[in-house]
Amino acid sequence: MKSNLSKTTGPAGHLPKCPTGIQGLDEITSGGLPRGRPTLVCGSAGCGKTLLAVEFLVRGATQFGEPGVFMSFEETDAELKANVASLGFDLAGLVREKKILLDHVYIERSEIHETGEYDLEGLFVRLNHAIKAIGAKRVVLDTLEVLFASLPNEAILRAELRRLFRFLKGEGVTAVITAERGREALTRHGLEEYVSDCVILLDHRVNDQIATRHLRVVKYRGALHGTNEFPFLIGDDGISVLPITSLGLNHKVSTGRIATGIPRLDVMLGGRGFFRGSSILLTGTSGTGKTIIAANFAQAASQRGERVLFFSFEESPNQIIRNMHSIGLRLEPLVKRGLLRFHSARPSLYGLEMHLATMFKEIAAFQPHVVIIDPITSLMNSGTESECKGMVTRLIDYLKAGQVTSLFTSLTVGGHAPQQSESAMSSLMDAWILLQDYEGNGERNRVLYVLKARGMAHSNQIREFLISNRGIDVVDAYIGPSGVLTGSARAAQGALERAAVLASQQEAAQLKREVERKRTALERQIGGMRSDYETEALELRRIAEQAGTRTFVLGTERAASGRLRQADIKVAGNTRVNGRHGKVN
Amino acid sequence: MKTKARKRPAAGARSRPGKVWQLRLYVAGQTPKSLTALSNLKKICETHLNGCYRIEVIDLVEQPERSNRDRILAIPTLVRKLPQPVRKFIGDLSDTERVLVGLNLQAAD
Repeated sequence: MKSNLSKTTGPAGHLPKCPTGIQGLDEITSGGLPRGRPTLVCGSAGCGKTLLAVEFLVRGATQFGEPGVFMSFEETDAELKANVASLGFDLAGLVREKKILLDHVYIERSEIHETGEYDLEGLFVRLNHAIKAIGAKRVVLDTLEVLFASLPNEAILRAELRRLFRFLKGEGVTAVITAERGREALTRHGLEEYVSDCVILLDHRVNDQIATRHLRVVKYRGALHGTNEFPFLIGDDGISVLPITSLGLNHKVSTGRIATGIPRLDVMLGGRGFFRGSSILLTGTSGTGKTIIAANFAQAASQRGERVLFFSFEESPNQIIRNMHSIGLRLEPLVKRGLLRFHSARPSLYGLEMHLATMFKEIAAFQPHVVIIDPITSLMNSGTESECKGMVTRLIDYLKAGQVTSLFTSLTVGGHAPQQSESAMSSLMDAWILLQDYEGNGERNRVLYVLKARGMAHSNQIREFLISNRGIDVVDAYIGPSGVLTGSARAAQGALERAAVLASQQEAAQLKREVERKRTALERQIGGMRSDYETEALELRRIAEQAGTRTFVLGTERAASGRLRQADIKVAGNTRVNGRHGKVN
Repeated sequence: MKTKARKRPAAGARSRPGKVWQLRLYVAGQTPKSLTALSNLKKICETHLNGCYRIEVIDLVEQPERSNRDRILAIPTLVRKLPQPVRKFIGDLSDTERVLVGLNLQAAD
C-alpha cells in the first residue's frame, strides 16, 4: 500500500501537469494545468476567458495530440469558429479532422416550464457522448453559469454541478470551466466552491486610457506557482502571458566589443566601444542629440554588415532618414540592403504589453545584432513605473538571451538630475551615457560623459561633442576655472592655450640662442687663452733652450780653461779622462 | 421502450379536433423520475387529449446523439413538437396544473 501510494504521487512528488501550450502560462504554472482535473478560469466580460479556453483546446489538439470537446453555453459553433479564426486557429478544420468537437448548449428560459423533479442527466449524456466520440482528453465548458439564468431551480443546479465536476474527474479529462467574475467572490455564482484544484483569474484594467490584461493563478492545489499578476495579451497568434520573474539571470556573456561609430567615444569606453550583447542607456534632455548618436551607432553597425533593428516611437522612418542625411549619415542604402530596418509606432497606439509583443515578434523575425529603441521613455508613459520596469527587464532579458546589443535612448525632462524612471532602469543597463546641455556664455553646447560602463575602464571626463554635416565629433576637452569649457569658450581657451604654447616655444628658442651665444663666447675666450698660453709656452721653451746652451757653453769654456791649466777637473763628456783620473780620487 | 407511439382516430378529441399532438419525452435510462414522468404524461394525455396524440420516448442512454436536436440538458424533458409553437417542459410532470397551462389545455377543462 505504502509503495503504491508513493508510486501514484510520482517520482518527483508533483501532480501530473497538462501543458496548455499557451506562451508563458506553462512557465507560471511550471508545466501546465493539473491533469485530469477541472480548472476554473474566471474574469469579467471581455478579458479573454473563452479565448484562453479555445487556445487550450487548439494547442492540445495540434501540439500535444489531445483531442478536446468545447461545450459552449453562449456562442454558437459558427460564431465561435469565426471569432477565433482571427487568431489563426482553424477550428473548422480541427472539427473536420475530429480533433475538436463543438457542442452548443442553449436553453431559453421562456421556453421552459418546470413541472417537477428533474436532473441534468442530458448534459452528462451529451458530454459523455462527445468525449467518447473523439476520445477527448480536454474539455471546456464555456460558460457554465449561463445555466443559472436558464434553469429556475438553483438547488438542483448546484447539486448537479457538484456531480458534473465529479463526473469530469472520473472521466480523467483536463477541464477548463469559465465563469464570470463576481462582485465580491471570484465568480458570480460561487463556482470556485466546486472547482478547487486550480483557479486562474483574468483581469482587464484600463490605466490612463490604455487597457492591459492581467492573469493571476489564484490557487493551484498541490503545486508551486507564480502568484504574481502577469500581464498577458492577445496577439494574432493567440494569448501570450509575459512572466517577468520566471526568467533567470543566466545569459551567456560576450567579451567581444562593438564600436559606437564615434572613434573618440570608443576611446572613452576603454578604447574599443561597448561590449557585444550589452544594454546601453543614452539619456539626455531634448535636443541633446540622442537620436543622432543612436543613428550613428546604427549606421556603424550596419556598415559592418550587422543587422540593425531601429524602433522609433517619435519619428517616422523617412523622417529619420532625411534628418540623419543632414549630418552626413546615409541610412537609405543600408535600409535597401536589408541591414537596417525601422519600425515606427505611436506609443499610444496600444498598451505596453502589445508594444512588447510586437517588438518580440519583429526581433524574432529580423534576428538583429543590434536593437535601438528611441526613445524608451515614450513607452514608459503608457504604463505605470513598475509595469515599465517589468517590460524593460523582459525586453533586455530577451535581447541578452540572443546576444543582441541594445541601445535605449531616454528623454529626461528639465534639470540634470536623473529621473526616477531612469534610476529604476539604470540598474538594468550595462552602460549609461549621459548627454547634457551646457548653457552659458550666450550659447548652448552639447557634452557627453560615460556615467557607467560595466566591466571596462572608461573615461571619467566630460567631453564636448560637435554635430556637423560630417557627423559627430568628440572634441578635445578644455577645463577652465569653472569646469569644462564648451563652445566658443572652449575655442577661446584653445586659442589661448595655443598662444601660450607659441610663446613658450619662442622663449625656449631664445634661451637656446642665448646659450649658444654664451658657448661661442666661451669658446672664443678659451681660444684666446689657449693662444696666450701657447705664446707663453713658446717663449718659455725659447728661454729654456737659451739657458741650456749657455750652461753648455759655460762648461765647455771651463773645461777648456782647466785643460789649459792642467787642473784636475771633471769634464763632462770626457770619461776617459775621468776614468784615468778616477783612481787618483 | 425505444419509441412508444399511440395513435388513435381523430374523432373525439375535445380540445383541437382533427389535430394529432406530437409529444416527445426524453429520458435517460429507467430512472424513477423517468418512469414517473412517463406515467404522468400518459395520464394527462388520456384525460385531456382523448387519444389524439402520439408520444415518442427517447432514451438518451441508448441514443445519446439525439440529445442535440432538441438541446436537451435536463432529464426528463417533454417537448411538444405539434401543435406549434414548440414547448418544453422539464421535470417529472408531477405538477399537472403547470403542464396543462403550458400545453394550453387548462381552458378546455
